Amino acid sequence: MNFFKKTLLALMTAGATVGASHAQELRIGLSAEPTSADPQFFDSAPNSALAAHLFGSLVSADENRKLLPGLARSWKMLDDTTWEFKLQPKATFTSGEKLTPRDVVYSFCRIPFVQGSPGTFSDLVKTIASIDAPDDETVVIKTDKPDPILPNRLISAFIINADAFGGGKNIKFKKDGCEDFGDNPNPSDFNNPAKSVGAGPYKLAEFTPGSQIVLERNDNYWGEVPHWKRVIMKPLTNAGARVAGLIAGDVDMIEAPSVQDFERLTNSGFSVARALTPRLLYIQLDQNNDPAWKSPTVKGVDNTPMSDRRVRQAMSMAINRQAITDKIMGGLAAPAGELLPYPMFGSTKDFPVTEYDPEGAKKLLAEAGYSDGFQITLATPNDRYINADKVAQAVAQMWTRIGIKTDVDAMTAGTFFGRRNKFEFSAFLAGYGSTTGEMSEKIDALVLTRNPDKETGTLNLSHYSNPAVDELVTQAKQTVEDKNREQLLQQAAKTAMDDVALLPVYFEVRPWALRKGLTYSARSDEQTRAMSVKPDTAN
Amino acid sequence: MLVYIIRRLGQGALVVSVMASVVFLAMYAVGNPVDVLAPPDASDAEKLLIARELGLDKPLWDQFFVFIGNALHGDLGKSFVYNEPTLQLILQRLPATLELAVTALTLAIAIGIPLGLYAGLKSESWFSRIVMSGSILGFSLPNFWIGMMLILLFSVQLKWLPAGGRGETVNILGVPLSFLTWDGLRHLLLPALTMSIYKAALIVRLVRAATRETVMQEYVRFARAKGLSRQRIVLVHILKNIMLPVVTVIGLEFGAILAFAVVTESVFAYPGMGKLLIDSINHLDRPVVVAYLMFTAFLFVIINFVVDLIYAVIDPRVSLVEAKG
Repeated sequence: MNFFKKTLLALMTAGATVGASHAQELRIGLSAEPTSADPQFFDSAPNSALAAHLFGSLVSADENRKLLPGLARSWKMLDDTTWEFKLQPKATFTSGEKLTPRDVVYSFCRIPFVQGSPGTFSDLVKTIASIDAPDDETVVIKTDKPDPILPNRLISAFIINADAFGGGKNIKFKKDGCEDFGDNPNPSDFNNPAKSVGAGPYKLAEFTPGSQIVLERNDNYWGEVPHWKRVIMKPLTNAGARVAGLIAGDVDMIEAPSVQDFERLTNSGFSVARALTPRLLYIQLDQNNDPAWKSPTVKGVDNTPMSDRRVRQAMSMAINRQAITDKIMGGLAAPAGELLPYPMFGSTKDFPVTEYDPEGAKKLLAEAGYSDGFQITLATPNDRYINADKVAQAVAQMWTRIGIKTDVDAMTAGTFFGRRNKFEFSAFLAGYGSTTGEMSEKIDALVLTRNPDKETGTLNLSHYSNPAVDELVTQAKQTVEDKNREQLLQQAAKTAMDDVALLPVYFEVRPWALRKGLTYSARSDEQTRAMSVKPDTAN
Repeated sequence: MLVYIIRRLGQGALVVSVMASVVFLAMYAVGNPVDVLAPPDASDAEKLLIARELGLDKPLWDQFFVFIGNALHGDLGKSFVYNEPTLQLILQRLPATLELAVTALTLAIAIGIPLGLYAGLKSESWFSRIVMSGSILGFSLPNFWIGMMLILLFSVQLKWLPAGGRGETVNILGVPLSFLTWDGLRHLLLPALTMSIYKAALIVRLVRAATRETVMQEYVRFARAKGLSRQRIVLVHILKNIMLPVVTVIGLEFGAILAFAVVTESVFAYPGMGKLLIDSINHLDRPVVVAYLMFTAFLFVIINFVVDLIYAVIDPRVSLVEAKG
């Protein structure tokens, strides 16, 4: 028996060493799978993370969303509506071809016209009116109106090679479809390693949906060549399977291990890296005070109590944010007082988090004339954000304690978003990250008065409207000078928070777990990048 | 025979088309894919753009007729999230699941039939009792739990076998197969074992019950009286006669493994068809879900058909010409 066991063991470990990690191979267990290697196909975190390996963009960002030169070595504003980007003279594609302004034009032209895109990036280029190239290393972008955060948005606008995909020779940017655009590649073309040409630190070697994505280092990369020669990304969508895979040595690092495994992982020599993300979990409250309007899930009163600031304030004070982040989120969250965590652009240092004060909340409710309370239903998706349904349950109990009897209605994200967008909820819990990493995007979507024509308040599904905030943000959007703009945004955020436009609950913290000997500079944009994984010692 | 085949094919086509219509309408009712897929802050204009790209801006009936029209031409549409033809996505993953299902079923048969026969013939022995108690555990323990325990033991503690994923593959006639490589087999073993335990327990109980019944039959006693060897009695007179219900169950279970290996596949992160279904439902990726369920309905039709053919081979009394309904 013993002999048998030893032989079996020897055989199996022999097999294991054949497939085991070579010194310069990195195997990553992903929690969500990129659906395509086309960098312009689907605006989602996993797809953009993969694109960052294979393609470059004019502007890149560090772990904390500070802007860094990318394919553009520098940029500056020539006047309020004109930006000049200087291209990296050394930058080349994996085909060996040099980066030219034509590639930039071709890429930006294609963004709104990607075939079958389920989540378009068209937002990134919507303000661009024209693109000119005075010389081979300069791109001049004119916008319709002042657009001070254009560089922030261009982080996600990946550049593809015009020649590789048949772009027109004399392509010219036009808002509603470019002149001489040439061919528009099918997104699946990018999944083919032979056709995938980018200017990123890695090249695509294999793309098998559901199974694995293999990247090879681009040894001719114009920038800093990354450490890992070969990167294998495996979608392990089940958290248990991910942790097991890491402990068993199938992968070297994983995304999003579950909180309850942290202790076990650190005890057995694995390390956990964390990043505070701008993903805010917030509660919006219906504030429509039109007498003809009946708030959908409020019962026991005839009007919409939450249109009274004191009621909103009371509901905010009733929430014990620290308990939620400690007990339910296990430390993978930080209590939020405003829309964006410090030090991102437009946030304020030490912005106060609303204090937990159930007694004060009851007093405020009585003051507003609701000493008998009322009933409400808090809606939440149950498969989109970590533990959101449990957080909603906790909030419901806290509200019930101050006299607002609360039920929770948890549902799948597909149903939730559809119903929310039709204003079917009086109160709902949802999350919102950030693509630009600065305030204007967030306040614009969540707080500004909803106006489909101006595309403001796209996520304001609470009928909230505050002219003072609208005015400050409008002013900020036209202010090109960073310092002044930041002040305006800080002021706008403060005004909105003082008015309890919505109830910020917490910012998510994103974890990664790594095997012994690896370090990861965790990114606040939640992306997993092989370039940021370094071996501790030379091995 | 020919009439029989034609009738079965007709029935099959009906099942598949009813399935397609029901699933199509049900997926429409669940929610709008644009709400799930679009960036959270997408404006109405952007959402309209996405809806148009995905063909979701038309009224339901238009979408439905477009789908039917394309389906009749053999085009089941493109996945919303992968932008690949759905049938290709499914067929890409079919070999992985097929491999897993065949391995699991082979294991189940190899364990189940001999043990069941033994337990049926010597129902009083202590070993039979162990087998029977074991089988109760086998089909009462949930699949995912068994999978997790196997991972915990063999991958996490002993580190003998990988915790998940599919191993190295070799291309045979363009089909990537992993059971021909050592690495592939190592990856296959745990998930196949997980899936086979329930099936093996089922087969053990089925075979045992049938064996006990058959042993009492006149013809078995007669064979014994005739002085036939024990081996011949068991293998020819008993085994062949009890196979009819066993084949039915194995056939159905094979279909079930293929179509709904979801749980095992997600525990082991095994890139098969089951995982594709779950992911697609989460994304409201309607074309994939519809095509997938049409495909599984088709598989069940085929499997039942093959099972009927095997009946005829095993039991000469079964005649396919007479089979109705």
